[in-house]
This record gives sequence, C-alpha cells and structure tokens, in this order.
Amino acid sequence: MSTSMAPAFSLARTGRGILGSRYTPVLVTLALLIVMFLVGASRYRGFASGQVVANLFVDNAFLIVLAVGMTFVILTGGIDLSVGSVVALSTMIAASLARDGWPPAAVILVVLATSSTLGLLVGLVIHYFAIQPFIATLAAMFLARGLCYVISLDSISITEPWFTAMAQTRIPLAPGLTISPSVIVAAVVVVVAFVVLHYSRLGRTVYAIGGGEQSATLMGLPVPRTKVLVYVISGFCSGVAGVLFTFYTLSGYSLTAVGMELDAIAAVVIGGTLLTGGYGFVLGSLLGVLLLGVIQTIISFEGTLSSWWTKIVIGSLLLVFIILQRLLTARRR
Amino acid sequence: MNPGILRDLPKARLFWPIVTLAALLLLNVAVSPGFFQIQFQNGHLFGSLIDILRNGAPTLLVALGMTLVIATRGIDLSVGAVVAISGALACTIIADSPTPDDLGTVFFAVTVAVGFSLVLGAWNGLLVAVFGIQPIIATLILMTAGRGIAMLITEGQIITVSSAPYKVIGAGYWFGLPASIVIAAAMFVVAALLTRKTALGLLIESVGINPVASRLAGVRARGIVWTVYVFSAVCAAVAGLMISSNVTAADANSAGLWIEMDAILAVVIGGTSLAGGRYSLTGTLIGAFVIQTLTTTVYTVGIAPSITLVFKALVVIAVCLLQSPVLQQRMRSRRRPPGSRPPASARSAKTSDSAKKGALVS
Repeated sequence: MSTSMAPAFSLARTGRGILGSRYTPVLVTLALLIVMFLVGASRYRGFASGQVVANLFVDNAFLIVLAVGMTFVILTGGIDLSVGSVVALSTMIAASLARDGWPPAAVILVVLATSSTLGLLVGLVIHYFAIQPFIATLAAMFLARGLCYVISLDSISITEPWFTAMAQTRIPLAPGLTISPSVIVAAVVVVVAFVVLHYSRLGRTVYAIGGGEQSATLMGLPVPRTKVLVYVISGFCSGVAGVLFTFYTLSGYSLTAVGMELDAIAAVVIGGTLLTGGYGFVLGSLLGVLLLGVIQTIISFEGTLSSWWTKIVIGSLLLVFIILQRLLTARRR
Repeated sequence: MNPGILRDLPKARLFWPIVTLAALLLLNVAVSPGFFQIQFQNGHLFGSLIDILRNGAPTLLVALGMTLVIATRGIDLSVGAVVAISGALACTIIADSPTPDDLGTVFFAVTVAVGFSLVLGAWNGLLVAVFGIQPIIATLILMTAGRGIAMLITEGQIITVSSAPYKVIGAGYWFGLPASIVIAAAMFVVAALLTRKTALGLLIESVGINPVASRLAGVRARGIVWTVYVFSAVCAAVAGLMISSNVTAADANSAGLWIEMDAILAVVIGGTSLAGGRYSLTGTLIGAFVIQTLTTTVYTVGIAPSITLVFKALVVIAVCLLQSPVLQQRMRSRRRPPGSRPPASARSAKTSDSAKKGALVS
C-alpha cells in the first residue's frame, strides 16, 4: 500500500528548500490570497471585516463543492467539462420538481441520483470505450445542457418554503458574523474529500493513477473502478453544487452556470493541482476558490471596474500559476 | 462488383462520415421533398443546400484551423474567444469611423482584426511551443481571458454597424455563391495545397506522432507548432468577421460561443485522431457539414427547438462511440470470417494498426 504513495514521497524527497517543496504551489496561493486581501483591506473601508470573509464562503459555496469534485478528476489526469451544465440541469430538476410539489428530500435525492448517474455514464464511456475524458465530458456537457431545455426553456422560480428557508437562513458564528447553511454543506464536502484523498485506499489509488496509470495497474490497484468512480464523484459534487446554487439563486434556469466549469478548473489549477495528474491537494482547491472570490470582491468594491475584468484577471492568474507549475516540474527533473 | 471492395468499404477512413452526411441529407429529402432544389434568383443561388453551405462556413473555417492543431497533438480552445475579439475589433473600428461605407475603412478593419489574431495565435504558440504548457490549458487561458478582452474592446456593448461592404463578407454573394463559402473554400484550398502538396503536412504529422523524435530528425517542431496555432487563430478571426458581418453586430458575449465545441466535433467526426499525427482535411470538411446539416435537419424535421441540443448531443455521442478504438476493433474482428485469409490490404492495415497500438502502449 505504501508503494502507491511513492510519487508523492519521491517528490518530497527530491524537493530541496522551500521552492522545491510539494507544498510550494499551495503556499504561493495562500500568500497571494493574503496579499490580495490586504490590498483590498488597505484600499476600501469595510473590506477587512469578518462578514466579508464569511461572504467569500457564502457566495462561493457551490464553487467550492465543484472544485472538490474537479480535484478528484484532475488528480487522475482527466478533466470534467460537464460540471457547469450539470449544475444548470440540477437547478432545473430541483426547481421543476419543487414546483410540482415534491417534498424537498425527494427533490434533492432525484438531483443527486441524476447527476451521479450522468457521471457514471461518462466514466464508463471514458474507461471502456477509451474515449478521451475531454471529448466524453464535452458530449455530456451538451447532453446536460440539452436536457435543461427539455425541462423548460424559461426560468422557473422556487417558492417552496423549505428552499426559501434554506436560502434565507443565516447561522450566527459571532456577533455580526453569519454564514448560510450552504457553507456547512461545502465544509462537510471538503472535509470528507480531504479524508478520502489522504487517508483511504481510494485516495491513494487516485494519486497512483495520476502518477502513472500503467504502473498503478501493474501494482494491482483497481484502476478501472477508480477511474469510473472519480467521474461519479465529480457528478455527485456537481449535483450538490447544483442544489447549493438553487439555494443561492432560488430558481432554475437552463442558461445558468455557463462557463462555471472554467472557474472550477481555474480554481483547482490555481490551488496547485498539476493538470497532468498525480499531484495536488483538495485544500489547495479551496484556497483557489477563495482567491477567485477575493478578486471578485475587490472588483465589486472598486465599483467602477466592470465585471469583464474578472475574466481577464482570472486568465492572467491561470497563466502565472501554470508557468509556476511548469518551472517547478522542470526543476524536479 | 467485387465483393472484396464492398467488404473493405466500411474500413475506409471517410466511409462513416460520408454515410452520416448522406443519411442526414436523405432524411431531409424524405421530410421535405424540395430540399435539394436550388433556385437562381437575382443572380444568386438560393436553396436549403446553399444555406447549409453559408451557415457552415464559419464552423468549417474554425474546424480547418483546428484540424492542423489537433494533428500536432494539440487543441485550441481559444477559437471562440478569437471569433469574439475579431468581430469586436472590426465592428468597433467601422462603427467609430466617419465613413463606414468606404471600402478602405472595411479593408483597414479587416486587416487590423486579422492582424491582431496573428498576435493571439502567436501567444498560444508561445505558451505551447516555447513554455511547453499542455495545449488544453494554454489555450484555456485565452479562452477565459479572451472574452474579457472582447468586452473591453466593445466596452460591454453590442456594437452594431451599417456598412454595405462589410456585410458582404457574411451575407453577400460572389459569382452567385455566398461570399462566406467562397472565402472558406479559398482558405480550405490554400491549406490543402500547402499541407498536401508540400512537405508541411508530413512535418505536421511527424510532430504529432512524436515531437521529440521529429526534432531529433531535424524537423523544426517548435516552428511547426507555432505556425499551426497562428493559422488556427487566423481562421477563427475570419470566421469571426463572417459571423459579425452576417448579423451586422459584434456581441462579445455570445459571438462564437460553443464554436470550439462544434469545430472539435467536426474534426472528430471527420476521422482525425485526437491523439495527433493523422489528419484529414476532407474529413473535416465533411464533418463540418455533418454538424451544419444536423442543425438544419432539426428544423426541417420539425423537432421541437427545446430538444435540439439533446438530439445533437446524442448524435455526437453515437459518432464518438462508433469511432472509438475499442468498438472499431471489435467490429473489425467480427467482420472477418474465422479461418479465411484476410486480403493483403486488410492485413497491412491491421499490422499498421497494431504497430500504432504498440507505440501507444510503450
């Protein structure tokens, strides 16, 4: 079992000093997060408040969950482009079922079952038909978006009491500091993912597949099962994110969450996960989402800056981190 | 007819794409018998087929550039953003100019838009060829940031232009044919001649099969990779001009949205391997028209617009599964009767296939 951790260990051993450590990308992200926050705090009054920090989690709870699912997939060296569409599909299913008077528990169950099944199908196609993850998830993205249109072309708003309660409830942490129930869900997802990735057989197999699929197979690890499972996990996380997004917007709309997969991928990459797989941390992805959140908050505090700057800044950040990854992996060789 | 030919036919590279296209066209004829009619009015050709050609031109162009990128084992996700940027640039220049109907203004706008796409393509090429970043990721950067740049150019507005010469690019007619398809055909022919009548195509394939080996063999892999990304960006820019000219407006948000997906699917349907090294421009041509015909079919057959996308997705999934290596091999082994000697052509095809598989595994 310890052999499956070999890639991570050897990376730690060959890395010399702080710059070569396997935590470097995550530490860089953390440092950048703190710097950005300090910049915001020094420029705008009211930025350095606990509620602004809490809102980072409140406004990005769904993205955190998405990024966690994406981390699993990217760790195996795959990619899941369908998550944005699956989020949209989830909001549509939730909104239409809630409108038809289904009990909330059943609604959520249907959403999670649908998104997981979609993930399962994608995983099976990728593994058994040897189709590239990129193409298979692209087709799933089309399919999920198409299913949204089948449900309804128009936006469906939710008036169901339990959903509105979930959207409006604020849980006080300290005086003047509140979070939404979604944050707790996101926190649970992060903790579970952390435990699974670092303290379970499944997690070690995920890292091993990313390190080298053939070696993992030769070591006798259950590669087929795990490869399919990561897409189920990503699908499940998209479903959870969809439910959280429904709480956030209280509606279902087929054109919602366009391009959200890019945000999730960007967050994972900025969080230090190698796109070639085998190397990265789920907590890094969390930091990545928070960094994107801080940037968005700064842009909204600035007021005069338009929202399209967000895209340019995210693109530039992505570039910086990818070049950083490149430099670090080049040093190791 | 020789039964051997019939048996080998399904193994031909372009067999399935052509069958798909033919089936779609026949379906259209079955539903609306006048589908193949082409009328000649006011010196222009009109008809459903011409519509397919015209509407398919931007996708064809983007797919053309994409084919060469994919042949070098790359992918270009940024084409949609380049489409938006080029349309935004051209429309902004024309809208700001005092003489929008002047041919010189339009020429200047088109030159600037295409020229800027050279820069964008060179940027992608720099990231992929010099920094060695994976193509999906390198072009993801421009895909994310590019729409922001387009919004910056249009300042978040939808820029409308009224310029007769500019409208020709996307909606006008030359020699009785839609101008857009003439432009696309010209670029297609140039690309085909350059890559198939010179060594360029061979070099592109060799880079796609094994970049290191081809570099050691003296191929300037870096230059080749750079060239294909620049070419892809230029194709996307021209497609962007067509799209914005057709609707006489530049919309930074929705121009070219999903076009990278359509282009990649066209390439895949055309039989170009996403693993690089083997490409077919004719296949891409057919693939692009399969996609466009599919869109048209949805309207002719009267499928509700709400399930259009599902229909398209299912067809795409079916084609991808049909082309998957696993299914192809299974079909091949089932078709050959046990005990009989396979014909020489099939045998050589098989050995080259297994050799390729061996190369992939090792």
